[in-house]
Amino acid sequence: MTVKQRREADRGQPLITCRNLWKIYGPDPAGLLKAHGGKPAAQAIRDSGHVAAVNDASIDISEGEILVVMGLSGSGKSTLMRCLCRLVEPTSGTLRVDGQDLLAMDERQLIEIRRSKMGMVFQNFALLPTRTVLDNVAFPLEMRGQRTAERHERAREMIRLVGLEGREQYFPRELSGGQQQRVGIARSLAIEPDLWFLDEPFSALDPLIRREMQDEFLRLQAMLGKTIVFITHDFDEALRLADRIAIMYEGEVVQIDTPDKIVLQPATDYVAKFTREIPKARVVHVRSLAEPLDGEVPDGPALQGDATIASVARTIVQAGRPYLPVLDETGQPTRRLDCGRALALLFGEEEAA
Amino acid sequence: MTALAPTTHLGRDAEAGLRPRHKALLLLGAFVALVALKHLLPAGLVRPPDWVILPVGQWLSAAFEFLREDLGLEAVTRLFAGFVAWHLEILGNLLLGGRGGLGLPALPWTVIAVSGFMIGYALQGWRLAALSGGVFVYLALFGQWRYAMETLSLIAVSAPLAVLAGLALGIAAARHPRLEAALMPLLNVMQSMPHFAYLIPVVVFFGVGDHAGAVATAIFATPPMVRMTLLGMRRLPPEVVEAGMMAGATRWQRLRHVEVPTAREDILVGVNQVIMQCLAMVVIASFIGAPGLGYRLLLALQSLKIGTALELGVSIVLIAITLDRCSKAWVERRPVHDAAERPWHERHRTLLVWLGLVALAFAAASLHPWAYEVPRRQALSTAPFWDAIVDWTTVALFEPAHQLRTMLSLHVLIPLRDLYLYLPFAAVALAAAGGGYLVGGLRSALVCLGFVAFVALTGWWDRAMITLYMVSFAVFVCLALGLPLGIWASRSDGRGRRVLLLCDTFQTFPSFIYLIPMVMLFQVNDVAAIGAVIIYAMIPIVRYTVEGMRSVPSSLHEAVRMAGADGRQRLLNMELPMALPHILVGINQTIMFALFMVIIAAFIGTQDLGQELMRALSANDIGKGLTLGLCVASIGLLFDHILTEWARRRKAALGLA
Repeated sequence: MTVKQRREADRGQPLITCRNLWKIYGPDPAGLLKAHGGKPAAQAIRDSGHVAAVNDASIDISEGEILVVMGLSGSGKSTLMRCLCRLVEPTSGTLRVDGQDLLAMDERQLIEIRRSKMGMVFQNFALLPTRTVLDNVAFPLEMRGQRTAERHERAREMIRLVGLEGREQYFPRELSGGQQQRVGIARSLAIEPDLWFLDEPFSALDPLIRREMQDEFLRLQAMLGKTIVFITHDFDEALRLADRIAIMYEGEVVQIDTPDKIVLQPATDYVAKFTREIPKARVVHVRSLAEPLDGEVPDGPALQGDATIASVARTIVQAGRPYLPVLDETGQPTRRLDCGRALALLFGEEEAA
Repeated sequence: MTALAPTTHLGRDAEAGLRPRHKALLLLGAFVALVALKHLLPAGLVRPPDWVILPVGQWLSAAFEFLREDLGLEAVTRLFAGFVAWHLEILGNLLLGGRGGLGLPALPWTVIAVSGFMIGYALQGWRLAALSGGVFVYLALFGQWRYAMETLSLIAVSAPLAVLAGLALGIAAARHPRLEAALMPLLNVMQSMPHFAYLIPVVVFFGVGDHAGAVATAIFATPPMVRMTLLGMRRLPPEVVEAGMMAGATRWQRLRHVEVPTAREDILVGVNQVIMQCLAMVVIASFIGAPGLGYRLLLALQSLKIGTALELGVSIVLIAITLDRCSKAWVERRPVHDAAERPWHERHRTLLVWLGLVALAFAAASLHPWAYEVPRRQALSTAPFWDAIVDWTTVALFEPAHQLRTMLSLHVLIPLRDLYLYLPFAAVALAAAGGGYLVGGLRSALVCLGFVAFVALTGWWDRAMITLYMVSFAVFVCLALGLPLGIWASRSDGRGRRVLLLCDTFQTFPSFIYLIPMVMLFQVNDVAAIGAVIIYAMIPIVRYTVEGMRSVPSSLHEAVRMAGADGRQRLLNMELPMALPHILVGINQTIMFALFMVIIAAFIGTQDLGQELMRALSANDIGKGLTLGLCVASIGLLFDHILTEWARRRKAALGLA
């Protein structure tokens, strides 16, 4: 079993639960909400000169899950993340993190939970320019008052983890963008957070470095198994990293689903527009297309359920059969794949769903 | 102003086909009509009538009286004065010996010189070390030590005060928008008040002497620190602040570990400005008894000992350059990582070398008294050298200087002054309001009218017109010379850099210094005053012209060249319009510099607001002094408003904002 499968298997309680979360900017956000019974229509918000950066978001994020929030700039994804860690104060709604009511916390409690449970990585790295790499990584530990020797030891460990050993005494401006973001990642992991927020962490990097950092991220996550909220505007990145994707449009979460479902069953035209250019066969897994057996197991080579259609394309074509058997987690051929549908997906014909 | 008005962009509020050009012509016509028909105007429009003049001075005096006695502010200021005096004593004791304090003997000059050398080295390297060390050696060998140390100890007390106050106010203002809204206009007025205006309230609350000088200096130097701190806090990347919050930092931890270190560069630029402002003010604070180089300079100028004055001037200039270079080097110093884990003594080599040199210097001082203190009588003096130059110039240049002076006075300055005094009050008010209207509409017109009204209502109209005449003549000459100079300098990279460096250097000199050569050439009169104003106020217009011309993007140069424009066409149609916002800022600064210098020039005898300010200073008349200071500030702010508004509109029109 891969780490991902294991995580999916024992995914338990949601770590973050938010219900009807609103963040409205404008002259009188609270008044607006009150006047419309907590659910103002888009037209009413606009007419009164307000902007809803987060519009009635209700999300559960399970332990060990990677939720990628995806949307164009100005869609509210950054604000949503900042509401989830209360860097931005939500206008209304409920938000529970690990069973605690985050919105009821005072400043002291908030500082306490950030010191023990949360880490964040920023788009432009946000390193402190006057501190060395070592002191940047040790910064959150210093804030909670850990002794120098102890925090440096932990920081060195983190720097090793992100592959920057030897650069401990460098200053941020002496590092490349990719290296700086590695420092940002090490800093966010220093306190061993349960919750890891990443705000477009790789958007400021070159495409090649970005790819490398995504691999690095997956490697770390395979080791650490954090609960992750990851923001990006890059759909490929989202497909690559996500357990689930939340797509935002003008403050609203329009669909929140697995990559397969987003591609196969886009909830709105807006989501469909995103998926149109995507080579779907590389996203969709065999099990997402599999259907129940019609009596008997079809002949031909059996396919793994967690393989992508693209990866089994050659097998399907060479077999030349209408149906092929699909193996479940226990290795039994309990379902079958309609090869016609698979090929339609492979050749980008729109009939897929 | 009106002649340039057609280039402004006012399309939006043009009503009924009245184009900006027409409006400007109409206003100009009205202005000329008012002037020409002066004898027909009612007396109230020629000069503000007596019955509208408000006793602003008395009100201010009464207000300060109330503050001082009834609210017991004097007890607070006494306490503060004691605090400042105590610091001055300790520093004076270290640098000069005697005088109580810790009761220690003074540090040998060699110790201070090697420390200066090592500070320069630590900040930038050998060249700065040579400068900072060399200046101290010069001061010691040429008998300027004592005065220079008095000046430096004043700066060493007032600069930290100004930095701390500015930092605290700036941070508070960044946190509380309401405080910022209250502080900004106050800073604007403070920064357009002449140096002298600060001295009078300080004398009233703190008396005279070195501690009063230090307080006046600190107050004068605080505004730029507030501004730079505020700017630094505003420019903090929001992500860095959020990173601090997500790291679980408390408010205080965020301020100390995240916000202030990240805004380091802007804050240090503020420190540089504070130090330079302190030096400029310390020289002028000699009027209220602050000792040091400035006081000696004052005495020398008063008794027309030009050679001594030049010698002191050179010391001040050298100190100015050293302080400026060192504090700028501090701004630019960025940390570099240590290659490997080196042992302690290697990492702190500079510190160890400094300690070694200090020990050596102490040893030398105990061996030979000259390494401890160079006796003033034995010291070298450059005064004879300067005296020789002065003698030579007075002989060789007497004729041309005399003729120039006579010609300027008779044919330019006096007629111009009479013209300004002839202008009816109503015409001046119309010109100011019209100027405001052309660049910023009705609101600006009212603002400008308000500034004019303030000067009129305080009853200093004629004096203000004399100040205005000196300023406008000086600014006219500055523009006539400075603009072509700036354009010429911007034509090549190297030339531009050299001219900017020169401007930088000249700008560090306290304005007072510029009086010395002018008095040498023209003796004590209006021509000398205006000459000093012109030299000092030329700096910003040259600098901003060069910067403006060089800010034009090269792609635009290429495009215009490919359109077949010749040099003149390029300059008029592309470069000047593109550089105009920069140049307007330069003109604004030139006016401010000219205004400040005109007031300081009162020291060598003018008849304007500055002269009255000097009188108020010697009479300790706080109300009159502040009123005059506010009059000067009004004139400055009037031009500032018009030019800033104009520059803003041009920038918006060019898409640079």
